[in-house]
Order: sequence, then C-alpha cells, then structure tokens
Amino acid sequence: MNKLGSAVFSRLVIIIPYAWLLFFFLIPFFIVFRISLSTTAIAQPPYTPVFALSDGLSGLWAKIGQFHFDNFVWLTEDALYFNAYISSVWIAALSTFITLLIGYPIAYGMAQAPRSLRPTLLMLVILPFWTSFLIRVYAWIAILKPEGLLNQFLIGIGVIHDPLIIMNTNWAIYIGIVYSYLPFMVLPLYSALEKMDNTLIEAAQDLGCPQITAFWKVTFPLSIPGIVAGCMLVFIPAVGEFVIPDLLGGSQTLMIGKTLWTEFNANRDWPVSAAVATILLLILVVPIVFFQNAQAKAEEQGR
Amino acid sequence: MNSWSRFNIVSVVLGFTFLYLPIVLLVIFSFNESKLVTVWAGFSFKWYVSLFHNQGLMDAAWVTVRVGLLAASIATVLGTMAALALTRYTRFRGRLLFSGMVYAPLVMPEVITGLSLLLLFVAIGFDRGFWTVTLAHITFSMCFVTVVVQSRLLSFDRSIEEAALDLGATPVRTFFEVTLPVIAPAVLSGWMLALTLSLDDLVIASFTSGPGATTLPMKIYSQVRLGVTPEINAACTILIGLVAIGVVIASVMTKRREIQRQRDEQAAFAGR
Repeated sequence: MNKLGSAVFSRLVIIIPYAWLLFFFLIPFFIVFRISLSTTAIAQPPYTPVFALSDGLSGLWAKIGQFHFDNFVWLTEDALYFNAYISSVWIAALSTFITLLIGYPIAYGMAQAPRSLRPTLLMLVILPFWTSFLIRVYAWIAILKPEGLLNQFLIGIGVIHDPLIIMNTNWAIYIGIVYSYLPFMVLPLYSALEKMDNTLIEAAQDLGCPQITAFWKVTFPLSIPGIVAGCMLVFIPAVGEFVIPDLLGGSQTLMIGKTLWTEFNANRDWPVSAAVATILLLILVVPIVFFQNAQAKAEEQGR
Repeated sequence: MNSWSRFNIVSVVLGFTFLYLPIVLLVIFSFNESKLVTVWAGFSFKWYVSLFHNQGLMDAAWVTVRVGLLAASIATVLGTMAALALTRYTRFRGRLLFSGMVYAPLVMPEVITGLSLLLLFVAIGFDRGFWTVTLAHITFSMCFVTVVVQSRLLSFDRSIEEAALDLGATPVRTFFEVTLPVIAPAVLSGWMLALTLSLDDLVIASFTSGPGATTLPMKIYSQVRLGVTPEINAACTILIGLVAIGVVIASVMTKRREIQRQRDEQAAFAGR
C-alpha cells in the first residue's frame, strides 16, 4: 500500500506540472511555427491553416511540400524587420552593459555592508520589483518630458538653459531598461559577491597586492557566475521588450517587440507576427540555453 | 578591510536613490491639485475621489484581482509540484526538457509567450476572456514559484523526511506534515510573487484577453497612451501601497516565525 501510494504520488507530482507546461508552453511554439508558414486571409482567425491536427501524419507529409516560407522571405526582403532585429539586440546589449556598470558597485557595496544591515538592503532591492513594471516605466515619463522634472531641476540649478530632449529618443529607452531591470542584475551579483571568502582578499593584500589589483584578480573572476546570470536576466527579456520602447521611445525607435505588437494588433497580420516571433526565438535560443545551463549548474551546486 | 568604505556607502545610497526617486515622485504628484503632473499646485485628494468614480477603472481592478488570486493559487500548487519533481526525483524520463520548460519562461520575452498562448487558444477554439488570461498567468507565474520553492527545498534537511517515512508515514502524509510546514514560507512568498506578476502583467494579458476581461494594467496602459494624468498617479499609488503593505506583513510574519523557532529550539535544549 505504502509503495503503491508512493509511486502514485511521485508520478502525479511529476506528470501534472509536466503536462501543463507541455500543453501551455511548448505546444504553443509549434502552433506559432505552423501559423508562420500559413498565408494571411481576411477571415476569423485571419490566416489559412497549413495543416490541421486531424490530417494525421500522412496528411502532414503531403502538406509539407506546400509550406509557405513567403512570410520569412518577406521578412528578409523588408529592411524594416532586419533593422528592428539588429537595433533590438544592440539596444538590449548596451542597456545590459550599462546595467552591469551601475549594478556592480551597488551589489559590491551591499555585500561589504555590515552583516546586520544586509537583509534590509536586500529587501530594498527586491521591493521595486514588487511594484508594477508599467508604473515604474510610467513614472519616468513625468521625469524625462521636455517640461518634466529632470529639466526643471537642471534648469533650476543652472546647469543647462534649454531643456534636454530625452523623451522619445533611444536614451529614454536605455534609462527605462536600466531602471526596470536593475534589481535583476543586482540580485545575482550580490549573491555571488556575498558568498565570497574575504580572507582571499586579505591574503592577496598581505602578499603585497594593491587593493585595485586584488579586486581584478580575485573578486572579479569569482563573481563571473553572478555577472553571467545577471546579464542573461536583463538581456534576454530586454530584446523583446515592448512597454519601454512604446511608452518612452519615439516613432523612429525600432524594437522587435513593438514591431510584433503592431503587426499583430494594428495590422492584424497573424502569419507575419508569428514569423517575427519565430525568428526572435531563434535569436534568443543561444542565450536562453546558456542561461539554463548556468541555472542547472547552480542547482547542482546547491544539492 | 571589513569596514564599510566610503565608496561602498556612496554607491549603495546612489543606487537606492535611483531605484526609489521615480516612485516617490510619482506618489507625491498623485496628491497634486493641478491637472499637470510636473507642476506642484498644492495638496489635494481630489484625484483619489475621481478615481473611485471611474467605473471602467474599478471594473478592471476587480477583474485583475480575481484573475490574480485564482492564477496565483493554482500556480503555487503547480509550481510547488514542479519544484518537488526537480529536487526530489532527480532521475526521470524527459527531465532535461522539463527543467528547460521551467527555466525558459523566466526570461522569455512576453510578446512571444503572449502570442503563442493566444494562437493556442484560437487553435483549440477557446473563447478569449477571463479564463484565457487566468490560464496564461498560471503558466508563466508557476515557473517563478518553482524557482523560489526549489531553492528552499535544496537547503532542506532531508533526514527528517526520511525519518517520517521510516516511521511508516505515507509519502503524502510526510509531505503535508513534515515537508510543507518547513517550506511554507517559501510557498507563501512564491504565491505573493505569482500574485504580483499577475497583477502587473500587461503584455500577456493584452494578447490573451477578450471582451469583458480588461485588466487594470491594460486600462492604465490605454490611458497612459492618451497622456499622463494625476488620476493614473493616484491609481498607481494605491497599487504601490497595497504591495508595500503585503510585503511588510509578510516580512513581519517571517521574522516572528523565525523568533518563535529559535525560542522553541532553546526550550528544547533547556528541557534536555
């Protein structure tokens, strides 16, 4: 009885979430891919299916010959999409780098803080994460506008005479991404730096190593797992970001998340948006697998 | 070496200023008399009053709360199961795919998740509305629950579970009477994380929602596109306030539990 109960319990614990994720996470990607190969139609839903599940395997093979790669060909021919992919990756990479530059000193400072203060500091980093992403992006509109609070402040103290134009430029997007994703960078960096053995630095310094060199030769290499995790957590979602370029960016800003949204909601071109999503996913597969390996390694160490 | 140097203090203080100043400004200007959110004209509660007379916003808030509570609860059950599967059963067929499906949603751009779920619902002929948003939110938030619960399960002293099993408790009973009480704080914080993710989500909800199931972020977003108003600041301030209260209650509870545990341990040692 006990054995049987044990077997049933362990099966259920695995099968239920497994089946859920297969159905709601993995299968949808195949549907996206399928629709990306179909043609646009004025109908409800607005596409002509390439094959239906009811066709079975023989039907599937028969139809593979009729696949339309038109949507993908069209994406490569239209410079708009190519530029949107390139600029998304570039904006995300630059923002990730800036986030690392800002996040590292914060995480380092937190890890050096008195032990009793650390839980509070950690809480303060996590807290903004609990407030709405939309709200945090929205808050920057009032600050960055030409007549906004930042310009009022800078003109007030006499640094500048004419308002800086930041809103609706790429600068606003960098600020938005850095601000929104900073906690994702600081948390893994902090956990890497906090675990570090301070005696290693002391040993380096006792042996005559200047503080800066000790940092680059000891602290920095040991924090690389944290850097990798933080950068992945910022870079991957930032490439497909929609809210930030839409609210803070201008009309000339090209980011693929926004393009996909427009293609889908405004142009109602489902096959093209599915093709856009498929290529975005292909671009992100490498960093995602990289991230998963890092996660699995961390899990392995925890065991 | 262990002293907190000036450079460290400055970088932490500047970092926290950067993180909090925009939110503080947003809250301050929700009490502004003027319709402009950038010019201070005196203290007033009038935007909060007009907020409560905005029926559309109130309806959206109600939808959001229902979706959030339902999605967070189911996601917590599924996420905890997935965490158990990943930590307790290290060998089963397709484990690599399973862990991949758990970690990928954490970083997957929302536009992809939203679009793919929408196309799934269309393919199976499921009418878009309250339930589709809820299902979508369960799917992406359960993975965050898994990560939170998993980290607690990994640092868990497994010998007490084995002791219960050796003494003849069934695995189900062992889970509910031994494992669950120990991991309860992590399960609770997983639930809270799932709830905030759901309350917060704009992109996935926009893709998967249908008529009559407009959530608060969708409503706020459509108003933000028309311009920044103090009324939205007021709505945001209420949301921030609710989250802050929730987080403070949760941290007080964990602290109390911790103190209680220490007291129990001391009592146990003194008794011996």
